[in-house]
Amino acid sequence: MKTIEGHLKVHAEALALRSQRNEILASNIANAATPNFKAKDLDFEQMLSSKMGFGKVNISDKRHFEMGIGPNDQGVKFRQNITPSMDGNTVELHVEQLQFSENVMKYQTSLEFLNRKISGLMSAIKGE
Amino acid sequence: MADLKNIFDVAARGMSAQMVRLNTVASNLANARSVASSEAEAYRAIKPVFSTLYADDLEKTGISSVDVVDVVAVDKDPEKVYQPGHPKADKDGYIYMAAVNPEEEMVEMLEASRQYENNVEVVSTLRGLMMRTISMGK
Repeated sequence: MKTIEGHLKVHAEALALRSQRNEILASNIANAATPNFKAKDLDFEQMLSSKMGFGKVNISDKRHFEMGIGPNDQGVKFRQNITPSMDGNTVELHVEQLQFSENVMKYQTSLEFLNRKISGLMSAIKGE
Repeated sequence: MADLKNIFDVAARGMSAQMVRLNTVASNLANARSVASSEAEAYRAIKPVFSTLYADDLEKTGISSVDVVDVVAVDKDPEKVYQPGHPKADKDGYIYMAAVNPEEEMVEMLEASRQYENNVEVVSTLRGLMMRTISMGK
């Protein structure tokens, strides 16, 4: 964590993932009336730890297999719905709306963290 | 495969699909009490057919929107009413009422307009977030 990039990295990655999750939730909301549509969601924690390199098993021998998710895994999974509907659609609007509002709030939180860190860096640079 | 680049494309397509649905409801309600002189001529309620449009061929990003692939007339028989004095009655004195259920249409209208609003709400929320993100670090 010595570079400026390292200083900001968690929040920058979190912001990008939150924004990606917002798009997926918006897609679910747009498809609320489409028959056979399966609602999707982003596994935020898994994606963040893979981007940050957390939670991986150490490889101490070349015969060890690498654990965790590959670079091509986008972390998009199907949502398990609470009450199934007749038309095969798994979108539950209230669930999506709550997830969306939670995600928007967390996006704003990440943004706020970034803003504070940037202003902290600015004041350190200016030496005021 | 049409491009779905961002949230605006997703919501725009979703909204236009709901708009098609509202238009079919309007046509159905406008024709609800219309009569015809034969079963074939009678109006039947029309419904849009929604289908998911994915942003990528492999459906990996999870980004998708809706497309109206077809508008079909429902397979319902028009009501046959005996009204010999009616100007549109056939030779046996029957008229054929449009196969439209107004209650069903009203429910459909409410649902479509709510989902339209949901899309608008999503866009306005995310647009606000984008504006705040642009001014990051100021």
